Amino acid sequence: MKVEDLYQEIILDHYRTKHHSGLRQPYDAEVRHVNPTCGDEVLLRVRLDGDTVTDVSYEAMGCSISQASTSVMTDLVIGNDIAYDLDLYEEFLTMMQSKGQIEPDEERLEDGIAFAGVAKFPARVKCALIGWSAFRDAVLRAQSEPKASVVKEMEQ
Amino acid sequence: MPWQLLAQRSGAVLRWFDVTNQGRLDLDKAAAEGLINERTKIISVTYVSNVLGTVNPISHIAALGHAVGATVVVDASQAVPQLAVDFAALGADLVAFTGHKMVGPTGIGVLWGRYELLAALPPFLGGGEMIEIVTMEGSTYAPPPHRFEAGTPPIAQAVGLAAAAQYLGAIGMDQISDHERDITAYALQGLRTLPGLTILGPDEAVDRGGAVSFTLAAPDGQPIHPHDVSHLLDSRGIAVRAGHHCARPLHERFGVQSSTRASFYLYTTHAEIDALIDGLDYTTSFFGGLR
Repeated sequence: MKVEDLYQEIILDHYRTKHHSGLRQPYDAEVRHVNPTCGDEVLLRVRLDGDTVTDVSYEAMGCSISQASTSVMTDLVIGNDIAYDLDLYEEFLTMMQSKGQIEPDEERLEDGIAFAGVAKFPARVKCALIGWSAFRDAVLRAQSEPKASVVKEMEQ
Repeated sequence: MPWQLLAQRSGAVLRWFDVTNQGRLDLDKAAAEGLINERTKIISVTYVSNVLGTVNPISHIAALGHAVGATVVVDASQAVPQLAVDFAALGADLVAFTGHKMVGPTGIGVLWGRYELLAALPPFLGGGEMIEIVTMEGSTYAPPPHRFEAGTPPIAQAVGLAAAAQYLGAIGMDQISDHERDITAYALQGLRTLPGLTILGPDEAVDRGGAVSFTLAAPDGQPIHPHDVSHLLDSRGIAVRAGHHCARPLHERFGVQSSTRASFYLYTTHAEIDALIDGLDYTTSFFGGLR
């Protein structure tokens, strides 16, 4: 595989025009993930409404792969059930760890299938995963920590 | 970072030299701020910067340090492989360098020190070879260097390091130094022709080693991340480093998130520099959407 094929138009498009970028209020959890080897960083927030992910907002610095992957991830997860999104995370993770051996399901991963080629470059797998890992972490934290609003209701 | 660990253990205060926008050590600012004063115990500087390539005036800094009674510690990891270093004339008290940057093995390096200073230091590891007399009540320790070489040494690495030193010595450090200056000047000249490329550190081969860090932007001004630069260069057989090069605060000082670094040594040729310049030109066009 040529490296030029790695940088598919889908990836470069998302890199140039990041979807759902920027930090928004309100949110239920905020996490910061870093990749010390290259200095990539993502600060990510999730907003939940019951079992639904209603918003994912973020501020990220990093390479085209990490930026584009985070952008694609927000398109895929916002508006869905938490359980569905966590399954999607597992599916994306499996694809990225497959060294390019797995044929991804385009129905479910949509633009995410563009990263199947990245899985053939071990040094870049972390780049493609940083946004997804931050999302999963943020969702789990939002679920484990009682929300401020909920606490107030209990006090009353 | 090791000095932060030491400061946490000892309660010492860690203060920093700044650099000028040209990437030189800012000794004027240090003097104005009284950075080196009678409370200064240790001054630690790098001889040749692994990011900026700057060659620092070690003898001058050592004199400033000794005037206030400070111990001067020098990281010569980038200097020893590139320059003919006269340790005694340098004026530093402790000088460290590593095998893997001088065509030697990994996992081994050298700490050179003034003997009185080494003789005054306690052991930092216990084990075979570092003891003198051991009793159940207490022990005495071997004199330097054995005091600091506890346990089974990395014998194969030491033999490899000696071979590397002999190899460089046979070529001649003056020849290596001349080549390094020539190849760095040639690279800087080529890099300066690339629009969108910004060199971190001195852009002339004066008091400068053979490591050149830079940032790259596409024709529309959009920065191209070093990880993307290095990946495209790698596909063309060109190996560079992308990231912080173990110097995140320095990147913050220059207002950049990270950088790409090309390093040259005695085996680097003009044709390889040409390939680097071509590769960077291609990278800029590729991410600018021109190809």
